[in-house]
Amino acid sequence: MTKKAVFLVVPALLVLIFPLAFENPYILHMLILSMLWIVLGVSWNLLGGFTGQVSYGHAAFFGTGAYATAILVKSGQPPATAWWGLLVGGLAAALLATFIGWICFRLRGPYFSLSVLALSEVLRLVALNWKEVTNGAEGILFLPAFNDKGAYYYIIFAIAAITIFAVHRVMKSKLGFYFLAIREDQDAAESLGIDTTKYKLISLMISAFFTGVAGSFYMNYMGFIDPGIVFDLSKISIMMILVTMLGGAATLWGPALGAVIYILVSEGFRVYVGSGHLVFFGVLIIVIILFFPNGIVGSILEAKGRRERRTDNKDPKQVGA
Amino acid sequence: MSLLELTGVSKRFGGLQAVGDITFSVEKGEILGLIGPNGAGKTTIFNLINGYYAPDVGEIKLNGEPIQGLKPYKVCRKGLARTFQVVKPLGRLSVLENVMVSAFSKTNHLPEARQIALEAISFTGMDAWKDNLAKSLPLGMRKRLEMARALATKPQLLLLDENFAGLNPSEVERTIEIVKKIHATGITILIIEHNMRVIMAISQRLLAINYGVKIAEGSPEEVANNGKVIEAYLGVAHA
Amino acid sequence: MTPQLAGQIELFLQVVIAGILLGGLYSLIGLGMSLIMGVMRIINLAHGELMMVAMYITYLAFSLVHVDPYVSLFIVLPALFLIGAGLQKYLITPVMDVESVLPQNQVLLTVGIGIVLSNLAQLIFSADYMSVPVSYASKTIYWDVNVGGQTISLSFNFPFLVAFAIAIGLGAALFLFLGKTDIGRMIRATAQDKRAAAIMGINTKRITYITFGLGAALVGAAGTLLAPVYYIYPAIGGPFTSKAFIITVLGGMGNIAGAVLGGLVLGLGESLGSVYISLGYKDAFGFVIFVLVLIFLPKGLLGKSSV
Repeated sequence: MTKKAVFLVVPALLVLIFPLAFENPYILHMLILSMLWIVLGVSWNLLGGFTGQVSYGHAAFFGTGAYATAILVKSGQPPATAWWGLLVGGLAAALLATFIGWICFRLRGPYFSLSVLALSEVLRLVALNWKEVTNGAEGILFLPAFNDKGAYYYIIFAIAAITIFAVHRVMKSKLGFYFLAIREDQDAAESLGIDTTKYKLISLMISAFFTGVAGSFYMNYMGFIDPGIVFDLSKISIMMILVTMLGGAATLWGPALGAVIYILVSEGFRVYVGSGHLVFFGVLIIVIILFFPNGIVGSILEAKGRRERRTDNKDPKQVGA
Repeated sequence: MSLLELTGVSKRFGGLQAVGDITFSVEKGEILGLIGPNGAGKTTIFNLINGYYAPDVGEIKLNGEPIQGLKPYKVCRKGLARTFQVVKPLGRLSVLENVMVSAFSKTNHLPEARQIALEAISFTGMDAWKDNLAKSLPLGMRKRLEMARALATKPQLLLLDENFAGLNPSEVERTIEIVKKIHATGITILIIEHNMRVIMAISQRLLAINYGVKIAEGSPEEVANNGKVIEAYLGVAHA
Repeated sequence: MTPQLAGQIELFLQVVIAGILLGGLYSLIGLGMSLIMGVMRIINLAHGELMMVAMYITYLAFSLVHVDPYVSLFIVLPALFLIGAGLQKYLITPVMDVESVLPQNQVLLTVGIGIVLSNLAQLIFSADYMSVPVSYASKTIYWDVNVGGQTISLSFNFPFLVAFAIAIGLGAALFLFLGKTDIGRMIRATAQDKRAAAIMGINTKRITYITFGLGAALVGAAGTLLAPVYYIYPAIGGPFTSKAFIITVLGGMGNIAGAVLGGLVLGLGESLGSVYISLGYKDAFGFVIFVLVLIFLPKGLLGKSSV
């Protein structure tokens, strides 16, 4: 087994047997939330860090996934929806992504970002006002399908693993190359034969799919959603960006690391300080942007890269080799 | 049938007529040089051919097929590649990855793309640089990267936009070799260049533009001695 | 003219008046952002939070020292100017030089600033709704108009009227400032072409500090003017940032007259929309218009922007 595989498999095994060894529901809940945020960070990063399209409105997909499941359950097919709901949530979000992308990819850079934000807010307002379908501000409530946290633990673990694996495979394929090219220089990418609109849309749809699945899981796990929770700008959309930046955008594991830190710090604050964890995160965003723009993993990779290049004996003055 | 035909192409930006009623053809297998003073409209013509802009009037045909108004990626897939005057490297990707991006326009398989890319990199003499990040390359190498990337799309027609600007004499020599090598493989070349020595040495035919209109066309000697061309570059007194 | 028709007309005019008065205030909010975006191409997602800060300053001035909100304008304007200039100098300008994979670091920075400001406010003041209960808060001026034999009674809310007047006044002052003063000209030059301005000897860095300060001061003034008639709470900033964007985009970035027009259009649109269409969705209209204008009229309704 290669070194890299060991680093993956051993922790994965540990994570897998954890609930069998420890049944502490609080710790399980923390781990479940962490893995949920890993899915959110990694899926956002596919569009943001790898394709260079910064979305300020991913809550739209999270919320859509959550509500798709909720509405499905309300319409009356119980426990099976724990599984169906996930797929439905993801597909609903991907469908929404087609629509949002078709509109917003006409704009570039920050204008794209803001337009996604605007549409996400519109969606929130729709969820708030379309009481017949969404129950408005009262939200939707139902009993989770499983009583025991362990089941949810394994489900979200599977989702997270699949998400990471999918993003990994995509980035190593032609799609990945195209996404990176679009990020680096959209006009050059077009001249090199890339239909940038199509590929940006593909990236968005994949990203939205997994975010939607996460939303769907959230609905199943928590048993209650309302527009203020799942469509929230600061707590979902912006946090997805923060989590990614903290760990390192454009790295596979960066957002995962960022997610875990986010959950740990939030919980730490809640328990020991009581409140103010958001102030801390605000300051953290500022510090990261100013001093560690590539996040933790990004900075490590950069330092490693610089070290590697110094031991290289390529002579830069070698012209016309 | 010419490989590339422009008929009556015009483009206006607000009050400025950048290109006015341009008509010319590029024959298969030739090297056509495009010259003219700064601001004459040469890069605009490239941008029109490449699909960056759509002409206000006129037709552009590649292999008899109209391509005016098509998006750049479509034009690229029809067999036309270009380099940029202001180089556009995909900075955070390595040279190899840069060229693989364009190689993917011809294949969906990673190993094949890699192969095509390596060939293009070898062809342009960039082997030693293939794993370096594009943003760390000096200017001369960036210009070569532009060519390697264009080559990997296996074009029929290659548009070179001031590939020689900013190169030192030995780089210029090396690049002339590469351009001739490219031409020898059967690729037709349309080249914009300010370096007179270079363009006279490489081109089989010349086209001179000033203020967006064609002022001369013919063999390099003819065009170089054309009164209007001399006037455009040096002023009336010298004509 | 039947009483019913007169009633309809009265309602309509009332809604229009309310919309225009609100629009004046909105213009002030949008002016600041339009200036910042037009000159520095900076997207300030903390704009609403700056307004919130001004509102809390107004609240403190009133509850601790009994200073009337309109008087505390004299405190808020310089205070917000300094805060804005400081943010630009110490946080935003340094970020412009940082290279990173994610583009738009600068925007995210302002998001961070906004989060810090609103949550600090929550820690200090709690999330409770505060108010500045001035005596004239619900004072209304009535104007009876004879329309085809029927009398319709139009009411003007006093604080909104004053806010409108002051907003227009500040807008005019800004217009004159930009047009007639040296600094104003330097700001406009920097907006049109930063490098050219720098080459011509303008200290563009200092201009950006001043511009951000001005933008902050303007939105701060809006906050103070709004204090008598609005609840003050930490999260109040968000919706107003969105409104500022809509106005900026409607009016064309950097276009002062456009921002005023945009503010009026938004105010009218919200007022009419909330009464004649639906109260719940009124904010949604603004967002939809925002996206539509961005796509189809990138230079704003007036077709002129400095970007």
